[in-house]
Amino acid sequence: MSLDKATVARIARLARISLPEQDLEPMAAELSGILTWIEQLGEVDTDGVAPMTSVVGHALHHREDKVTDGDRRDDVLANAPESTDGYFVVPKVVE
Amino acid sequence: MSGVIQGATGPWEMVIGLEVHAQVSSASKLFSGAATAFGAAPNIQVSLVDAAMPGMLPVINKVCVEQAVRTGLGLKAKINLRSVFDRKNYFYPDLPQGYQISQYLQPVVGAGTLVLDMEDGTSREIGITRLHLEQDAGKSVHDMHPDRTYVDLNRSGVALMEIVSEPDLRSPEEAGAYLRKMRSILRYLGTCDGNMEEGSMRADVNVSVRRPGADYGTRCEIKNVNSVRFVQQAIEVEARRQVDVLEDGGEILQETRLFDSRKNETRSMRSKEEAHDYRYFPDPDLLPLEFEQAWVDEIAASLPELPDDRKARFIDELGLSPYDAGVLVAEKEVADYFETVAGGRDAKVAANWITGDLFGALNKAGLEIASAPVAAKDLGALIDLIADDTISGRIAKGVFDAMFKTGRPPGEIVEEKGLRQVTDSGAIEAIVDTVLEANQHKVEEYRGGKEKLLGFFVGQVMKQSQGKANPKIVNDLLKQKLGNPGA
Amino acid sequence: MSLGLTEFTLAEARDKLRAREVSAQELGEAHLSAIGSAKALNAFVVETAERARADAARSDARLAKGEGGILEGIPVAMKDLFCTEGVVSTAGSHILDGFRPTYESTVSANMWREGAVMLGKTNMDEFAMGSSNETSHYGPVRNPWRADGDNRDLVPGGSSGGSAAAVAAALCLGATGTDTGGSIRQPAAFTGTVGLKPTYGRCSRWGIVAFASSLDQAGPMTRSVRDSAIMLRAMAGYDQKDSTSVDVAVPDYEAALDRSVKGLRIGIPTEYRIDGTPAEIAALWDQGIAWLKDAGAEIVEVSLPHTKYALPAYYIVAPAEASSNLARYDGVRYGFREDRDDLTEMYEATRAAGFGAEVKRRILIGTYVLSAGYYDAYYLQAQKVRTLIAEDFKNAWDRVDALLTPTTPEAAFGIGEKNDDPVAMYLNDILTVPANMAGLPAMSVPAGLSARGLPLGLQVVGRAFDEETVLQVGRTLERAAGFDHRPTPWWRDQP
Repeated sequence: MSLDKATVARIARLARISLPEQDLEPMAAELSGILTWIEQLGEVDTDGVAPMTSVVGHALHHREDKVTDGDRRDDVLANAPESTDGYFVVPKVVE
Repeated sequence: MSGVIQGATGPWEMVIGLEVHAQVSSASKLFSGAATAFGAAPNIQVSLVDAAMPGMLPVINKVCVEQAVRTGLGLKAKINLRSVFDRKNYFYPDLPQGYQISQYLQPVVGAGTLVLDMEDGTSREIGITRLHLEQDAGKSVHDMHPDRTYVDLNRSGVALMEIVSEPDLRSPEEAGAYLRKMRSILRYLGTCDGNMEEGSMRADVNVSVRRPGADYGTRCEIKNVNSVRFVQQAIEVEARRQVDVLEDGGEILQETRLFDSRKNETRSMRSKEEAHDYRYFPDPDLLPLEFEQAWVDEIAASLPELPDDRKARFIDELGLSPYDAGVLVAEKEVADYFETVAGGRDAKVAANWITGDLFGALNKAGLEIASAPVAAKDLGALIDLIADDTISGRIAKGVFDAMFKTGRPPGEIVEEKGLRQVTDSGAIEAIVDTVLEANQHKVEEYRGGKEKLLGFFVGQVMKQSQGKANPKIVNDLLKQKLGNPGA
Repeated sequence: MSLGLTEFTLAEARDKLRAREVSAQELGEAHLSAIGSAKALNAFVVETAERARADAARSDARLAKGEGGILEGIPVAMKDLFCTEGVVSTAGSHILDGFRPTYESTVSANMWREGAVMLGKTNMDEFAMGSSNETSHYGPVRNPWRADGDNRDLVPGGSSGGSAAAVAAALCLGATGTDTGGSIRQPAAFTGTVGLKPTYGRCSRWGIVAFASSLDQAGPMTRSVRDSAIMLRAMAGYDQKDSTSVDVAVPDYEAALDRSVKGLRIGIPTEYRIDGTPAEIAALWDQGIAWLKDAGAEIVEVSLPHTKYALPAYYIVAPAEASSNLARYDGVRYGFREDRDDLTEMYEATRAAGFGAEVKRRILIGTYVLSAGYYDAYYLQAQKVRTLIAEDFKNAWDRVDALLTPTTPEAAFGIGEKNDDPVAMYLNDILTVPANMAGLPAMSVPAGLSARGLPLGLQVVGRAFDEETVLQVGRTLERAAGFDHRPTPWWRDQP
């Protein structure tokens, strides 16, 4: 599968990673190479095969409905690049 | 608010679907052990899992699952014994993981119904498409700083039930009835407190218009409307907008919009990128959610009587009108109160006292029934005092007011104020005689044909007896002594 | 000279500590000194000397009372993918610069509880994505091994390259790694050490920076199979905080080690013979088969028909999960932020500057294969192929108890040698990935040297939760191979 620059730009936007214009073509080439190699998977006949949901065979473990966590704002904010009055702070979305 | 808009080129019908996001009533969050209570200081009710620290993992709260199943049963819906949690991927500061754990292709609850109780007493069934569990996001506060957004993750991870309706609603009025009924059912079940002001119940509204009988038109979604009134206004305003566009020859763009209640208009949500591609896939940190039919049956057996069933019973067994029954079952607390009052008494009388006097007093005082100063058993006792002629209906109104002010039982008030009705015919007769004596002229007029003067005489007797004379006896004695008017 | 104290195996050191022949503090000091002289390897991102000394003193106090856990007094290195409370944890990435967790991963907490002494955090491929430890923000790790008569720096393998190098160069008695597609076993093979990836769900993932949730698994990297058994016992165990953790009792793995393999059926999967593999790899495999046969095992040819699709399927599933797991690295709550006036620009600039090239490639691949219109053809197809791969193994277990294969298609290559083509790098994992896709336990044991004097490993794969059989077979191979080669310490006191 060959990806074009526009597709790479769109994917990069979805992934919130800025890619300068000059990197789009090389990245498209690299990704296309990987995807072409991956495409051999299409050879496998998977009719009637269920997709794997988990290698683990057991059931989902449930928690009791008790408050056992939280109340640790210092830990939560400890590594924040910017915080004020107990809030995380980020730039606004500029319309 | 009818659902038909008379456009310049003919009539247009509104088609409405509602997606209700209801916060699950639980002590802790869906996948973390932090608390869910409203109103805490920022980032206090946040665990490391909620803050999406590196290496953190979700563990499901069994009560949240139970609440979703309970709600599904209350909506007469199909319960799916196996469902899957999927990640819905997008970026926003109040979504710390960069994805929301939700359910996409295999939700825990399938199709059901909700019955609308319209104002004119008719009913209509609205289809429920599905209900699924998902995480709520945190809060982004935009107005604390000109250039910065402040983020509070207290709400991040709280369990939500997303309840999707079929596009079966046809007017703002029906949408309002739907939300009120949904809220009532959730509160009956105890699965959500339905408090739209606090945000524990929110609605996304899907609106489209079409020529009557035509196929569905393109819809727009109005996000996060947080009151029934705003939902109705938003529908009205958006439907009109769409009609204007179509009549001008334009096309409706399928998009997400916001309702601005101040300007009473809907606005497109501006965003720099194209339509969201959420890239749903099953969450690999979780396993499929599976439970036994036996567990579902246990929950079903523990359900309280729901509003529709309770209303039917009030009509069939207690003889109430559909309207009164409807009013009384809307809030479970009111229905419970009513049944205590009505127990062993005339249900209609109980209904009248509650919907008339009690509601009136509560509204005036700004109180909810849960904080009513008059206990149900006391109201019942008041009704008993009227029924056994201890006090008159009129005196009872006064006693009720005193009960509301003081919270004291009626018997005490009646004794203390000496309000016992006088039923001794002899004593009343004496007063009647005195009044007739003092008003000979009016007696003549009455006998001359002025029937209305009976009221005057009754009034005088009541006055002289400080309102305590039994009205029926007064009436009977007066008629006896006055004779027929115009005789 | 204290260097002698770094030549024991973990098991030997344990016995000497218990016999009070050596103290934890002496042992710790010797290893700290070795680390100090081995900067040229770039195996460590963070050295925690003060902490090591405090841990060792605590261990000596316990040992003096005749008390102590499974790893009491044993100096170990922790891959920097494990969040360690108060100690910088970077996952080899710039985007977690300076990140100091306020919590401890379950696996590392288990080890500290059992008395292990923390020497430091080891270097690794960024976010565990890589097979050579060349994608780390902190620079490549150099393999302690060099080819005969060759001065070139070689890769130690990846992503647990730092841990592998530290074990091989005797800078620690054991190190933790994680294995998503081969990241413990391949570096173990490249460095002549023992690397074990347990069954998926055996060790908790809580507190380990997530790469691919359905594949990641922590495991021990050591100089002997016995050491591996001891360390696994300390690391493993059910954790309620991890919904994918499995509630199965942790046996005494060491006790299983000396069981005979007589009567055990060993499968040789046809599809693991790959065209173009150097002849010496095939020869080593044949040698391994002979060793097990001599020890009384029954050798059975088996077929795992979907083997060749495991790697491409892995390169859909792993990047897809990673693209979602790495969305939280956005400069908002921790780590590096590239500030901007607009939120979207801040996200894009932070992630562009914070992530390296390989991580970006995988996030983009993952985003693409999950995106609208491609999900069915890629992700869904890969998950179906995964079911088939798991079924292949299940069918094999009807006829055999364990499998024997080579670990890698070749020996360690030069730093910078395979950076032109991402797929060439990916092919390193062709023999290790199937066990991850099926969630099965697998171990690499050093079995011999290549023609150019570099270590080669043999891989044993077992049934789910049957690490005991894997260790038992591994021990038999280890005994037969008698691999006592050590790398010449060219790195000592080099810059």
